[in-house]
Amino acid sequence: MSAALALSPEVLAKYQPVIGLEVHVQLLTKTKAFCGCKNEYGGEPNTHVCPVCLGLPGALPVLNKQAVEYAVLAAKAIGCEIRETSIFSRKNYFYPDSPKGYQISQFDKPIAENGELIVPGFDAAGNAISKRIGITRLHMEEDAGKSLHDGFADSASRTYIDLNRCGTPLVEIVSEPDLRTADEVFEYLTKLKEILLYTGVSDCNMEEGSLRCDANVSVMLKSDWEARGTAAYGTKAEVKNVNSFRYIRAAVEYEIERQIGVIEDGGRVVQESRLWNNAEGRTYSMRSKEQAHDYRYFPEPDLPALVVGAEWQKNILSAMPELPEARRARLASEYGLSTQDAATLTTDRELGDFFQQAAALAKSPKRVAAILLSEITMRLRGGELVLGQSPVSLNGLVLAADLAEAGEISSKQLKQLLDSCFTESKDFAFIYDRDKPQQISDTSAIEAMIDEVIAANPAQVAQFKGGKRTVSAFFVGQVMKLSKGQANPALLNELVVKKLDA
Amino acid sequence: MPESPNALKSTVNNDLSTLTLAEARAAVVSGTTSATALAERYYERIAAVDPEINSYLALTKDRALAQAASVDAAVKSGAPLGPLAGVPIGIKDVLTLKGAPATAASKILNGYHPPYDATAVAKLEAAGAVLLGKLNCDEFAMGGSNENSAYGPVHNPRSLDRVPGGSSGGSAAAVAAGLCAASLGTDTGGSIRQPAAFCGVVGVLPTYGRVSRYGLIAFASSLDRIGPFAHSVADAATLLEVLAGTDTMDSTSSAQPVGSYSADLAKPVAGLRIGVPEEYFGEGLDPEIRAAIEKSLDDLRAAGCSIQKVSLPHTSYAVPTYYVLATAEASSNLSRMDGVRFGHRSAEANTLANMYRKSRDEAFGPEVKRRILLGTYVLSAGYYDAYYRKAQQVRTLLTRDFLTVFNDVDAIVCPVTPTPAWKLGEKTEDPIQMYLEDIYSVAASLAGICGMSVPCGTTKDGLPIGVQVLGKHFDESTMLRVGAAIEAAQVK
Repeated sequence: MSAALALSPEVLAKYQPVIGLEVHVQLLTKTKAFCGCKNEYGGEPNTHVCPVCLGLPGALPVLNKQAVEYAVLAAKAIGCEIRETSIFSRKNYFYPDSPKGYQISQFDKPIAENGELIVPGFDAAGNAISKRIGITRLHMEEDAGKSLHDGFADSASRTYIDLNRCGTPLVEIVSEPDLRTADEVFEYLTKLKEILLYTGVSDCNMEEGSLRCDANVSVMLKSDWEARGTAAYGTKAEVKNVNSFRYIRAAVEYEIERQIGVIEDGGRVVQESRLWNNAEGRTYSMRSKEQAHDYRYFPEPDLPALVVGAEWQKNILSAMPELPEARRARLASEYGLSTQDAATLTTDRELGDFFQQAAALAKSPKRVAAILLSEITMRLRGGELVLGQSPVSLNGLVLAADLAEAGEISSKQLKQLLDSCFTESKDFAFIYDRDKPQQISDTSAIEAMIDEVIAANPAQVAQFKGGKRTVSAFFVGQVMKLSKGQANPALLNELVVKKLDA
Repeated sequence: MPESPNALKSTVNNDLSTLTLAEARAAVVSGTTSATALAERYYERIAAVDPEINSYLALTKDRALAQAASVDAAVKSGAPLGPLAGVPIGIKDVLTLKGAPATAASKILNGYHPPYDATAVAKLEAAGAVLLGKLNCDEFAMGGSNENSAYGPVHNPRSLDRVPGGSSGGSAAAVAAGLCAASLGTDTGGSIRQPAAFCGVVGVLPTYGRVSRYGLIAFASSLDRIGPFAHSVADAATLLEVLAGTDTMDSTSSAQPVGSYSADLAKPVAGLRIGVPEEYFGEGLDPEIRAAIEKSLDDLRAAGCSIQKVSLPHTSYAVPTYYVLATAEASSNLSRMDGVRFGHRSAEANTLANMYRKSRDEAFGPEVKRRILLGTYVLSAGYYDAYYRKAQQVRTLLTRDFLTVFNDVDAIVCPVTPTPAWKLGEKTEDPIQMYLEDIYSVAASLAGICGMSVPCGTTKDGLPIGVQVLGKHFDESTMLRVGAAIEAAQVK
């Protein structure tokens, strides 16, 4: 994906990349961080605004309690400690979509610190390992508005400002420089998003900008690292403007190689911000004087210290859902699911919830998992649907699982019924009632078919008689085929063994 | 009382020049006059007198007369009347009034009409006040002489060639000249108390958090306070009772219960312990002011107060501490004046950087620029610890000074200013000298305690002298009682 640079694997192998991430996450609160305006994506420009988020002279911020609660939930979900008394600070800079001339953020006393994420990675020898990525801090801040440079008749000479987004509550999650490869970056972000989605504090929608990521990338010679440790860290560049995890992986990969190239050519990496250009697959220097920005942080005098005491924390945490890792382990042990199935069922909270509710109602949770993960998932994917759009309801899934478990429908019949559900957009109960397979439960009819199969397969009969009793399955299969899948499987099993033993 | 030869001479509706809030309300409520007629008479007087004083930047006549009409209707119908029913009040132009200009006496807010009311003005109106207009002040409330207004200086009605004080110079002068029965000003480092002293009216600085700042165009958020100017302590108490209280729109407003300031004025002051800080009577204090304050202390003693010397040992650090913290906050607060959404935008704004540079360069006055530069400097990387952080630490010490003294006394009495009102133009060339005039006012600002200035005499040249009363946090009641006792002794 990244524009290839001609560096040999031997050269690349001399260097140790060091990567830290800053992830901005918009919180799904009803109103904005410091005013009562609707917190909603889009809308006619400059309609979700008031004196406070417009930064009009005399207006004052009032902190949104729900934003604090969401920040605490997010922080605890990634293992952070909550600072009981945190301080809002002003980050001063001029930009037209920042109407106050400063952003209300947190600086030296953020609401949360010292978290971690465990991500899959590889050790030096290439063995799969779990890797701990430290999280330095999670702090609260407000989003800016949007500068619209394109799309207007006079865009060549003017920039338009939409302040609807201005004041949207954000948390910024800053990782330690613990990441070493672009793949680890991808895994970290995937894991972070998975957890945040579980907590429900954000929709983490990168297209709409509700999750944004900047990567700080540097490289150093491995020999230097071994000799001097963190003192050997190279100069970092910040990669911005990347709007998907895949592109971040590509951008980080590119940036690592670019920096190695610079050093190999005898140059020095410059501390700067670089924009990812997706079309070209490379990063560009922003070449702005912004590099030397002094934000002149100082405590926001319009807001008292934020105190989240033990009691409030307890109340907030009562809304903490079971997180994916814990749920994974529990599903595996509670329902005897495979690690793979448990992992798939918990990649998003909705699927896991759906499974758990169905499992609680159905006779066999394992059967529910099997149908959900294969038959339902496959058909959803085929129709480009999400779970919420599935024609098969929770009760439909339970009914299907129970019928299959009881042997009242064969797997082939199940597939046919589900096909009808998806092509007709009808729930399983409806289709089943209408197309109820004509199952043959008439003993004499089944016996007649068994006799026919026994007569046609003397060799297998001899095997069975010789003690290889598993051959009975062969006869069951043949009879089922003969019955076009309609023989009652339980009855068929019973009769086959009886006939063979006779 | 001697009168300055340069005092205001106009006689148009001269009875208004001393009309108190209480008298104005009583006249309207009793039907002696109507709110409408009273407002009209004030507007007549403003038209005749204000050209000499320059206290009003804008008149809000339509809104005032509509409010007066509704008060008059209420009087007629016997509907309940607010504590400020029909009382004509002027508003410092750093407070927002929906639809009216709000310039903060700066060119940079030229043409800006805020779409919302400040909480304080909304409360006044809800209590029946008739808001006559917006009053001149120093640009963004930065100054102590009202000479920093982009719309010309205000003249002291007691002596027209002298400054009215600042930054709320228009608010003090308008009351002193009878151009409103009372007014609102703001005080960040003395901007209510000092002009009150210079113009010979009562000015009250409520405890920080007592009055909502919502709608106050910020100078220094941790210091800015809104308070009343009035002809009497009783009037100020009435106004404060209306203004005080918590506000969901201001996170720094306090939930402390509001005192019964007016009712409490009836309580005798006998037995109150008054502290006199020795640091406030040192070198540089004008002898006439010293004598007037000592006279007030005698009056309080005569009323049964005990007077004791106290010490506020960090006083000498107050001025530098104040100018570090206030300018730091100002540099950030004024960033929103950027030419993007409202106010002045340079005609030469051909690039983004130019829009900022030129718009701000063209429209901010020299004192505002000076303070933005100072504040930007003290917050800069490498200087923050030496200036801003250190100043915050000293602020804590200054506050502790007061808390310690208030263990032993109920109120503090001291000068407001080292000198009486100076001549226009006399100190404009020397900003440091101007800053040093704040020596007796800024410590209380930094500590967040309440304070007031009460007229306590005049110089031999006829210039008013004010005495400062400082009270504990949220103990405006005691402070106002002491102020009232001093005032009562003047009348005698």
